[in-house]
Amino acid sequence: MFTKETLQRIEADNKKWQDLFQESVSKAPERLERFSTVSDRPVKNLYTPLDTKDLDYAQDIGFPGQYPYTRGVQPSMYRGRLWTMRMFAGLGSARDTNRRFHLLVNEGQTGLSTAFDMPTLMGYDSDSPKSRGECGRCGVVIDTLKDMEILFEGLPIERITTSMTINPPAAVLWAMYIAMAEKRGISRRVIGGTIQNDMLKEFIAQKTFMCPPKPSMRIIADTVEFGTKEIPRWNPISISGYHIREAGSTAVQELAFTLADGIAYVEAALERGLDVDSFAPRLSFFFNSHLDFFEEIAKFRAAKRMWAKIMKEQFKAKDQRSMWLRFHTQTAGCSLTAQQPYNNVIRTALEALAAVLGGTQSLHTNSLDEVLALPTEEAATIALRTQQIIAEESGVAHTIDPLGGSFYVERLTKDIEEEAFEYIRKIDEMGGMVAAIEKNYPQMEIADAAYNYQKQIDSREKTVVGVNKYITEEELPVETLQIEAELEEKQIQWTNQIKNSRDNGKTKEALEKLGEAAQGDDNLMYPILEAVKEYATEQEICDVFRDVFGIYRDPGVY
Amino acid sequence: MAKPGLDGHDRGARIIARAYRDAGFEVVYSGLHQTPEEIVQAAIQEDVDMIGLSSLAGAHMYLFPRVVELLKEKNANDIVVCGGGIFPEEDIPQLKKAGIKEIFTPGTPLTEVVKWVEEHVEPRSS
Repeated sequence: MFTKETLQRIEADNKKWQDLFQESVSKAPERLERFSTVSDRPVKNLYTPLDTKDLDYAQDIGFPGQYPYTRGVQPSMYRGRLWTMRMFAGLGSARDTNRRFHLLVNEGQTGLSTAFDMPTLMGYDSDSPKSRGECGRCGVVIDTLKDMEILFEGLPIERITTSMTINPPAAVLWAMYIAMAEKRGISRRVIGGTIQNDMLKEFIAQKTFMCPPKPSMRIIADTVEFGTKEIPRWNPISISGYHIREAGSTAVQELAFTLADGIAYVEAALERGLDVDSFAPRLSFFFNSHLDFFEEIAKFRAAKRMWAKIMKEQFKAKDQRSMWLRFHTQTAGCSLTAQQPYNNVIRTALEALAAVLGGTQSLHTNSLDEVLALPTEEAATIALRTQQIIAEESGVAHTIDPLGGSFYVERLTKDIEEEAFEYIRKIDEMGGMVAAIEKNYPQMEIADAAYNYQKQIDSREKTVVGVNKYITEEELPVETLQIEAELEEKQIQWTNQIKNSRDNGKTKEALEKLGEAAQGDDNLMYPILEAVKEYATEQEICDVFRDVFGIYRDPGVY
Repeated sequence: MAKPGLDGHDRGARIIARAYRDAGFEVVYSGLHQTPEEIVQAAIQEDVDMIGLSSLAGAHMYLFPRVVELLKEKNANDIVVCGGGIFPEEDIPQLKKAGIKEIFTPGTPLTEVVKWVEEHVEPRSS
């Protein structure tokens, strides 16, 4: 980006400056022995045009809305429309969560995002012995279509989009959402939203399992195929790095494993005979925003460029929307501390700012109390206000990709891209992500990174304010949300009531048809939809999958 | 080291398992999604001196005391049980009353977790 002569002059000046710097630190040494990012990447004292001399503006950076989309996937970015403020919420019963949704929408939230409880996430009903003690604890409980109807009562789902964080039973919850909308007279072609439906990262990091990797990929391919034909405004997979990072990966690992998962899904859909440009525009991504401000911004920018290259060069996509890496971001839950919890507001604000400067399409900001329990209404409101202040007071959304051209950020973007591509090559050599997972490769890479990071905190090489530095004896108490103890009993009774009032003959027949489809090759979405409409419970449907496809067990490696 | 219930957050459990291993202990890790019954059965079979339970999804008030109860039923309550994870402040005294010997919360250094075992856990006599 600079002429040869200019670079030569800068090189000479840089040498002089480095001498000056050395002279200065010989008198007063640097404050750290080693400067490194959260992901343990060494950081130099200064970045100059010399660090970006291998970059070509048109090829590597370009313009917003133009290949390789480093500066943003849409031409107008936040000048046109701000990111969607999408707060993840779910607690107790469907009724409780419906109330929270109404509150968030009234406070200016522009999209919905549903957190389910553990039994729902794993495909068990409230009355399963495996669900004891877990009902409604870390999200909302959904057993049947009836619960889904209550969850979205009175909410304008024809105009706001809904995200559902659900994986092994994603097809079932999606079918319930479609059936709920149609019961309200809203066409399936109108509803918009996202199901997470990313099983590969479950095996790698988040660990909600049901069936083994191969049949899991079949169910996902069915949803992609169904969505492409029937639900044009829906993102059938949210390819997620968030949980990979929460499990302790580095920024590069998060990016590399997520894109490698994405490659595996594209390949699975192509094997179905789908045209790449028919489904790829509906693939969306989900990343973590951790505390290392510039490293995160560089990661987001690298992600956009890498996915564009992968789609164009490897999969020969022609539609530019297939090359867009559209992504949701959540601030890093694992960066929050139980100690001095009010500090979490500041951490979240910094992480949210990085996500915005990285060009996110939607954002969840964690509440200060999420390290202790599900958030209270007050804490969730502060988290939403954090986004509104960034959007409407700070001025950072006034110009597109304001950090583009920063010597440090551009160098970091390029380095992260190269290292992530190196991981993708390695996974490719192993036979792709499914094979790599079966070898526990990504799982162990993440475990190593997590252990190293923990040791750096223990040795105080890395600072965590309030945990290993600036510790206070007396802590300010924080009010936390309690889930009523009677919920489990009430929910079991409620679901029993539904089971007793439905036409059990029809339910049974629908489940049998689903079983037959599972044994053959038919798309499972159609019989799942029939079963949920007959008020089959989530577990009744998932048990069909478990019977036909088997159950995956955690290898328990550490 | 065991993960009871449906909670999939295993970063902590796996890090702690490594820390004990590196400190010279023999560690058996259950893997995820274990019922209290499965955990107790494995503990007796493997003849362990201690069970470390990890929970980050809010079901500890049922799952942890249930493990202690089952150990008593099997006459194995000399196996020390401790827990780690995310717990509301007010739950901790109740868990201790239910027989959980120690509770470790986020931010505890690995060295402290290892030291506690060295000081508080004796090899079982049987």
